[in-house]
Amino acid sequence: MFVHLTRDEEDALDEKHGKATSLAYKILLSIGKATDAEKLIPVEWVHLSGVNYNTIGDAGVKFLREYSEGTRFGVPTTINPMGYDAQKQNNLSNNFKRSQIEIIKAYEKMGSIPSFSCIPYEIFQLPDRGHNVSFAESNAAVIANSVFGLHTNKESSLSALASAVTGKTPYSELRIESVRDPKIKVKLETNLNTELDYGLLGYFSGKSTKESCISFGHNISNIDMYKTKSLAAALGTSGGCGMFSNKEINGESISFGKEEEKSVMDELNTTESGDVIALGSPQLGAFELELLSNMINGKKFSKRCMIFCPRAIYEKACSSGIAQKLENAGGSLICDACTCLSPLLTHEEYDGVITNSVKAAHYLNKSNGVSVCLTDLKSIIRNYTR
Amino acid sequence: MTYSLRCKVIVGGKASGRVLATKQPINFLSSVDPLTGMITDENHELCGNSVKERVLVFPYAVGSSVGAYSIFALRSNRVSPVGIICTSKTDITTASGCAIANIPLLELCTDQVIPEIENFNEALVDGISGILQIKKV
Repeated sequence: MFVHLTRDEEDALDEKHGKATSLAYKILLSIGKATDAEKLIPVEWVHLSGVNYNTIGDAGVKFLREYSEGTRFGVPTTINPMGYDAQKQNNLSNNFKRSQIEIIKAYEKMGSIPSFSCIPYEIFQLPDRGHNVSFAESNAAVIANSVFGLHTNKESSLSALASAVTGKTPYSELRIESVRDPKIKVKLETNLNTELDYGLLGYFSGKSTKESCISFGHNISNIDMYKTKSLAAALGTSGGCGMFSNKEINGESISFGKEEEKSVMDELNTTESGDVIALGSPQLGAFELELLSNMINGKKFSKRCMIFCPRAIYEKACSSGIAQKLENAGGSLICDACTCLSPLLTHEEYDGVITNSVKAAHYLNKSNGVSVCLTDLKSIIRNYTR
Repeated sequence: MTYSLRCKVIVGGKASGRVLATKQPINFLSSVDPLTGMITDENHELCGNSVKERVLVFPYAVGSSVGAYSIFALRSNRVSPVGIICTSKTDITTASGCAIANIPLLELCTDQVIPEIENFNEALVDGISGILQIKKV
């Protein structure tokens, strides 16, 4: 199948609107071919990943420096977390900060909104259900599709960048209604209680299927936002699946029981304890900050505790007094960044990180080389506050 | 023994090199060192191998959306595969990464007999005619 381009799109591909736009169309065309798209369609909002210097490195900095010279975004474009909190002290190297600032300037120049958040769905007003967006942060793509009924594929940093420049995306995969019906069901054969349980389910499910949409049945109909985010982020980390649904289906199914739960824990839980607690991957929203402050209930953390949230959420938490309660407990609220792939959590500085996030555990273990004590929030509060 | 396999061309170009094949998906952000090209994830069967100058044959990429930049970084650091073949369903991360890194990317057509590619050593990727030639030497 060929991707049908309009005359204008053909011209853009042929560099008639500049090199940067041409490269964007080249990216869209390759994705269009890969996913058998017949045409390109408009998107209303783009969310970009590839902001943290720790993830894109020098090659990414050089690419963005050059690319941002020749282009501006055509649709509203929000961006993922960077490496650190811009308004707090840290002991990162000057080279890291210089490179990070260069990345931010490149995105700024192209016209991005400085959200520095991986949960844009909690801080911006969302388009109506059924509208097309292009979300490159995997947890955001899964949540946009599964919870808010927006249409997006599990975009890459570069496919979303191409959509930000052109305002378009290939019409394929989860943008097509029939693909949004689950093709495989995960049968739950164990009780899920904590947000960690849902993360383990997500990680297992992502690993076990190559389908774009998966069903968990009615069991997940009424779960809170913490559990939903934990599930979505883990699903996006281990696999290619971009959507989950509670629709019951009678087709293929796989089972998730105690044994499967244990296999994920065996892979990601690599130490018994740690010297720092890290909460927020994805970043915590208003619901989780309030939950956390209620659970702490006047006690204090016995270990250093980093709490990652978007600045917009932090400011609200300051007005409501929740931020002060968390800080009084010894928690350190960090904006603009996220546990996952944070340069603030290195194996040079920490022997082990305690977290309830399966996504964070994956990247801390495999990318940061830090051991992880993976445990649920209730246990963290029970064991590490007094 | 030589096999010629038909493929869908995602990113054009020609390349040849030694085969590095796996049936496991790859998370380019967390499993491959962008500076050396080494696969570092202990849970991956290719752990300890380098993708440098190889024809990488794998089902599809998983995980982080930033994996596209990781493919580009491999190329910038001169440690990338010379060609990539997806055996299952080419994902957006691999397609977009190869598009800006100019790495020929093909997807195997499923309506043909496909031998165990792990058993072959040499590959010729033809992203013009859409043929992957694999050879056991």
